[in-house]
Amino acid sequence: MTTTPRHTALVRVTHWLTVIAFLALLVTGAELVISHPRFYWGETGNVNMRPLFSLPLPTSRDTINNGYGSAMPDQNGWSRYLHFESAWVLVLTGAVYGIASLLNGHFRRDLVPEPGQRTLGAHFQRIAQYLHRKPPAADESSTYNVLQRSAYLIVIFVLFPLVIWTGLALSPAFNSAFPFFVDVLGGRQSARTLHFFVSWALFFFLVIHVAMIAISGFWSRTRAMITGRAASVPAPIPTPIEERP
Amino acid sequence: MTISRRKLITSGLATAAGVAGLTAADRIARRYGLIPPDSGTVYGPGETLTYAAQRLITRHTLAREFPRSKISEKPFGNSLAPPNETFKKLQAGGFADWRLVVDGMVNHPLSLSLADLHQMPAHSQITEVVCEEGWSYVAEWIGTPLYNVLNEADLHPETLYIVYRTIEPNLWGSIDMADAFHPQTFLTLGMNNGDLPVGFGGPLRLRVPRQLGYKSLKFVTQITATDSMKKFGKGLGSVDPEYGYSWYAGI
Repeated sequence: MTTTPRHTALVRVTHWLTVIAFLALLVTGAELVISHPRFYWGETGNVNMRPLFSLPLPTSRDTINNGYGSAMPDQNGWSRYLHFESAWVLVLTGAVYGIASLLNGHFRRDLVPEPGQRTLGAHFQRIAQYLHRKPPAADESSTYNVLQRSAYLIVIFVLFPLVIWTGLALSPAFNSAFPFFVDVLGGRQSARTLHFFVSWALFFFLVIHVAMIAISGFWSRTRAMITGRAASVPAPIPTPIEERP
Repeated sequence: MTISRRKLITSGLATAAGVAGLTAADRIARRYGLIPPDSGTVYGPGETLTYAAQRLITRHTLAREFPRSKISEKPFGNSLAPPNETFKKLQAGGFADWRLVVDGMVNHPLSLSLADLHQMPAHSQITEVVCEEGWSYVAEWIGTPLYNVLNEADLHPETLYIVYRTIEPNLWGSIDMADAFHPQTFLTLGMNNGDLPVGFGGPLRLRVPRQLGYKSLKFVTQITATDSMKKFGKGLGSVDPEYGYSWYAGI
């Protein structure tokens, strides 16, 4: 089997560091939410105030009684430590990846949709190909298609910056230096609610990302992200069930 | 796999530069007090980065203050543990015998009554209490900045931390000098134009508004100046790391 270069060492190392940091942030973030699964809009919010919405979850603190008999164990201590340490790993990894990718042309070459592909139509066309399980028009074993490019650009330049921004806006010390970070979001509780929603958006990306990898060949794609090389033939497209002999 | 000589030399140099850089960073961080007392665990690097980065940008910055109209109508105070006998006795006497002892590395140890503290220059601030759980409220806090008491006690120049203890022997904390002399760090006696209610830490609470609520301890009785946290508890800076919570809570 011949192989072609797929991912550079920089992309592979920063990808897996981001995976580790993001999963740690996700687990610890969920752990922190269950100590107060109520969300508010504006500057302040507490159990004496009406929430924007409230998650009917068992909680880890007795300030919230959601009707579950025994409260969840309180895991906020290590969750907070790990949340912020992982955030540092994520931010520093992202900085290295972002600066290097600007300099070496990775963004321009691999992520910005190719000329002629920068239309909504091109995106819909590729979605239709996925839905009809048609093989891609071009060999995608050494490059990203337009949907991947747009999704990765949104994650890198919209969702991660937003989740970092809304997270920093929750720091009372950081806010003392840069109050506009939280003020433009409408206040501390708005920032917390937005942080929660952007985290969900990133989680949805993760689910779809892993699902697409599973469909297109989990091990070959994962191997490519580890070794940097991919089989040069496109991964086989599963035939729809009704067409099978 | 062959490794070229150039690659070997380059990576060798990069490693050496990395080690030298980290050593230099560690030395600078120690010299300028940028390493928190609870940095000895697996979470130490993250805590040190957070504390050092925030100290570099926030040494003199003020916590956000709000207009009077933003004061929460219904502030929320965590439910308290049943008060101990000492507290009950002091409360029965209208807190007339409450004392704030100031000791440690000071030239003039003090023992201040609430009346003494009321004599000191009073300030007020309308700031937000931010609980680590996620909830918050805004209130007006009235008291005297901690630096007034520290200046009267006349600290030794080598002081690095102010330790504060409460009526509960197992509830204590500490802050660095940037927070200890910060103009919004209050020995708080009043809230929203009244006396500070017991539910919110009355008669005396230390407000540290640039950190999470758990650093603003209720029922403060003693303030100790020190140049090292090693002698206090397990040496982690406060009781919080002993329960798994970070010493620095500027997040």
